[in-house]
Amino acid sequence: MQLESKVPKGELAEKWTDYRSTMNLVAPNNKRRIEIIVVGTGLAGASAAATLGELGYNVKCFSFHDSPRRAHSIAAQGGINAAKNYQNDGDSVYRLFYDTIKGGDYRSREANVHRLAEVSRDIIDQCVAQGVPFAREYGGLLANRSFGGVQVSRTFYAKGQTGQQLLIGAYQALSRQIATGNVTMYNRHEMLDVVIKDGKARGIIARNLRTGELERHAAHCVVLASGGYGNVFYLSTNAMGSNVTAAWKAVKRGALMANPCYTQIHPTCIPVSGDYQSKLTLMSESLRNDGRVWVPNKIEDAVAIREGRKTALDIAEGDRDYYLERRYPAFGNLVPRDVASRAAKVACDEGKGVAPTGLAVYLDFSSAIQRYGKAEAKSKGIANPSDAEITKLGEAVIEQKYGNLFEMYEKITGENPYKLPMKIYPAVHYTMGGLWVDYNLETNVPGLFALGECNFSDHGANRLGASALMQGLADGYFVIPYTIGQFLSGEIRTPTIDPDAPEFIKAENDTKALIDKIIKVKGNQSVESFHRRLGHIMWDYCGMARNAEGLEKGKKMIRELREEFYRDVFVPGDADEFNPELEKAIRVADFLELGEVMMADALNRNESCGGHFREEYSTPEGEAQRNDEDYAYVAAWSWDESGDHKLYKEELKFDNVELKTRSYK
Amino acid sequence: MKINLKVWRQKNNNTKGHFENHTVEATEHMSFLEMMDVLNEQLIQEKKDPVAFEHDCREGICGACSMVINGRPHGPQQGTTTCQLHMRKFNDGDTIAVEPYRAKAFPVVKDLVVDRSAFDRIIQAGGYVSVNTGGAPDGNAIPIEKDTALEAFDAAACIGCGACAAACPNGSAMLFTSAKVAHLGKLPQGEVEETSRARKMVAQMDKEGFGFCSNIRACEVECPKEISVNNIAYLNRAFLTASIGKE
Repeated sequence: MQLESKVPKGELAEKWTDYRSTMNLVAPNNKRRIEIIVVGTGLAGASAAATLGELGYNVKCFSFHDSPRRAHSIAAQGGINAAKNYQNDGDSVYRLFYDTIKGGDYRSREANVHRLAEVSRDIIDQCVAQGVPFAREYGGLLANRSFGGVQVSRTFYAKGQTGQQLLIGAYQALSRQIATGNVTMYNRHEMLDVVIKDGKARGIIARNLRTGELERHAAHCVVLASGGYGNVFYLSTNAMGSNVTAAWKAVKRGALMANPCYTQIHPTCIPVSGDYQSKLTLMSESLRNDGRVWVPNKIEDAVAIREGRKTALDIAEGDRDYYLERRYPAFGNLVPRDVASRAAKVACDEGKGVAPTGLAVYLDFSSAIQRYGKAEAKSKGIANPSDAEITKLGEAVIEQKYGNLFEMYEKITGENPYKLPMKIYPAVHYTMGGLWVDYNLETNVPGLFALGECNFSDHGANRLGASALMQGLADGYFVIPYTIGQFLSGEIRTPTIDPDAPEFIKAENDTKALIDKIIKVKGNQSVESFHRRLGHIMWDYCGMARNAEGLEKGKKMIRELREEFYRDVFVPGDADEFNPELEKAIRVADFLELGEVMMADALNRNESCGGHFREEYSTPEGEAQRNDEDYAYVAAWSWDESGDHKLYKEELKFDNVELKTRSYK
Repeated sequence: MKINLKVWRQKNNNTKGHFENHTVEATEHMSFLEMMDVLNEQLIQEKKDPVAFEHDCREGICGACSMVINGRPHGPQQGTTTCQLHMRKFNDGDTIAVEPYRAKAFPVVKDLVVDRSAFDRIIQAGGYVSVNTGGAPDGNAIPIEKDTALEAFDAAACIGCGACAAACPNGSAMLFTSAKVAHLGKLPQGEVEETSRARKMVAQMDKEGFGFCSNIRACEVECPKEISVNNIAYLNRAFLTASIGKE
C-alpha cells in the first residue's frame, strides 16, 4: 500500500486557498440526502457535527458521555494559539507554522501545519461571534499571553478554563443544530466497530450504554473525533473515560495508526501519592512563567526531605540546584515540555527527588513573590517595607495570576503552595500519534475521516502548548466541512445506506462475540488491576526514556498480560444492562493491543525526537539526537494478531524549512 | 481512616432503592471518588455489583460527578465538586451517606447515576448565539469592556452538573438556566436574541418538570463553581421584558 498524502500542488502559502476554490462541491439538494456519522463531541467532533449540520448534511453524532459537554476538551486550561498578531510583536502565519514544525521536532507534514496556522485566525473570530468570553484588555480588545517554546504572545485564553469555554461554544452550536433536526444526538452510545462496505466506511456498531443493546447505524461516511490514547499508561491527565476504542476498532478494520510512540509527557503535574490513584492532575504550563524548578544539590538533603526530617525551607539557597536554569540558560524554566520532563526525570534518577516516592521536584514561587512584592511596595509608595509586607504584597500578585491553580493544588495535596514550593512531576498528557490521515483528513480507508487528537497530522513528535485546542477546532470548523466534499461529491448517487446489509449484521455479530468473550471469563482479577499493570509496563518501558532492550521486554510482557486478561478478568453483571465495568473492560482490551504497537513503533524509530527519547540516541550531554537521514518519515502501522505488525512509511518532505537541531541552551 | 458508608443502591428507575452499608479503609490523601474506587474494588473482589457513579475528568470541570454526600450535593466543602473533595475533610470513624441527586427532572439510571439530559434540552431551546461557521467579523471588531467580559465568564463557568436543581427544595433549574441567559445576554454577540432566548429556555425548563424558584438560594450555596443568584435576577428581568414584548 502506498500512502498518498494528497497534498495539493503549488506554493505552500497558496495551497489551501487554491485547493478550497477548486475542490468538488455537493449541492444543497444533495446534502439533504447524505448522512454523516460523527463519533465524539470534543472540540473537533462538536465543531464538525455543528458545521456539517449547518451546511445541510444529515448528521448523526455519538458520545459515550451523558451529554456532549462532558468531552475531555473541557479540561484544557491554558489557551488557544492564533496568528492574529494583535500584539504587534512580529507574529504571522508563517511564524506559527515554523514554531509548530520546529516544536514538533521536524516530524509533521508541512502543508497540514501551514493550513492549521492559516485557519487559526478564523477560529478566534468564530468563537468570539459565538459568545466565548475570552480575556480582554482594559480597552476592550482581546488579551494574549505567551506559552513555552515561542517568542511571541499569541495565546488567547479565558482564565484557566479556555478549553471549557471553547467547548461550551461548540456544544452550543451543536445544540442549535440538534434543535433544528440537522443533527441527531446519541448520548451514552459507544462506538464498538466501524462497518466497511465495498471498501468504504459506511457506518458503525454502537452500544447503547444505558440498555447494553447493540445498534447498527449507517451513513455515507464516518468521521472519528474520539480523542487521544494517553490512558494506555493508566495514570495520565486524561479523563477516566478517555480511550482508544473507536480509533482502535478502525485500525482493526484496516486503518493505519501513525507514530503511536509519540507521547507528550507534561512536566508540571501533581505527583503520584498512593496506589489508589487512577488519575493525575495537571498544573498549567503558565506556572513556569514565575515558578523556578529545583532539587537539593546533596542527595542526603533529598533523603531527609523524603523522610520528613527536613522541608524545602531548610535547604539553603547555595544547596539548591535550579537545574533548568543551569542546563538551559537561554530558555531557563520555559523550555518546551519534552525537555523539561526529561530533565526532571534525570534529577530524580540521581536520587534527588523530593516526595516520599522519590518522584517529584520543586516548583518554587518564593523568588517571584519577593520580586512582585518589592515592585508592588514601590508602586504603592511604601518606604522601607518589612519582609512580611513584601511577602504579603507579592502573594497577592501571585494569587491574581494563578489563584485557581494554587487553590486546586492545596485541595489535592493539603499543602499551601504560597508557603512551601509545589511538588511536581511529569505525567502523560497528550498523544501526538493517531490515525494516519491525508491532507483531506481521510484515513487510508475511503470515507473514514479522523479529526483532532485522534489523528496524527499536525504536531509531529511534540506538541506546543495551546495548540491542541487550535487543531481540534481547525479540523472541525474549517477543514473537514470542505474536504469531506471531495469524498461525498462522488456519493451523490449513492442511495441511503442500509443498516441491515450483511456487512452490518456481521460487524454486529463480531462485536457481540467479543463482548461475550470478555464477560464470560468470570475470572478473579478486576479490569482496573489489569489496566494498572499495563500502565506500569508502558511507563517503565515506553515512557519518558526508552531503549531497545526494555522495549523488547515490554512488548513481551504486554502479550502475556493480554493472554492473562482473557483468562482471568472478572467483569460483574451482564452485557444487556448499564454496566460501567464492561465498558471499561472493552476499552482496556483495546489498550492491551495498542500498547504493543506503541512498543513496536518506539523500537523501530532508532533516533530520539520530541516525546520519543531513546537512550541509545542521545548526545554526551543527554540531549535528544535526531536522525533525519533515516527517520524523517511517518510510521503508519497495521495491526496483526500474531504480532507481525506491518509498517508503512510516508516520507516527509521539507521544502520550506531547514531541518536543524533544536537547541534551548 | 475507617469510613462507614451508607450508599444508595437502585437497579433502575422502575425499581425501589435502598441504603447499603459498607466499610472502607481510606487515607486522608484520597479524593472522595478514589475512596469510592476502593469500595468498588472491594465489591468486585467479593464478586458483587460495584456502585455505579458518574465521573470523568476528576479535575472539577466536566460536571459528570454528581452525588449527594451527607445531604449536600458534592458534599460539605464550599465551591468544590465531589472529585475535588478529599477525605481529609472527614474524620476516622465517620459515617457518610451517599445518595443520587433527588429531583423530579433527574430520574435515576442506576445507583448514584441520574439522567440529566433535561439540561441539554434547555440549552437546545435557545442557549446559543445563532451564527453559522464562517463569515464572523474580526474578533477585535467589537470591543467588550473587561469587566463585562469577566461577568459573562463568571456565568459561563457553569459546569452543568445539576447540583443547583438537586439542592433546591423545589427542584428548580433557575440557576442553571439563568447562568446561560446571563452569559450570552451580557455580551453584544448574544444580546440580539435575548428576548426569545429567555422565553424559550424558561418554557423548556417548565416542560422538563423543574420547579419554580422561591428565592431559597440553596443553589448558590451548593454550586461547586459558585455561580451567583444575581443571574436569576438577570433572567427574571429578561423574562419579564420578553413577556410584555411581542412573540
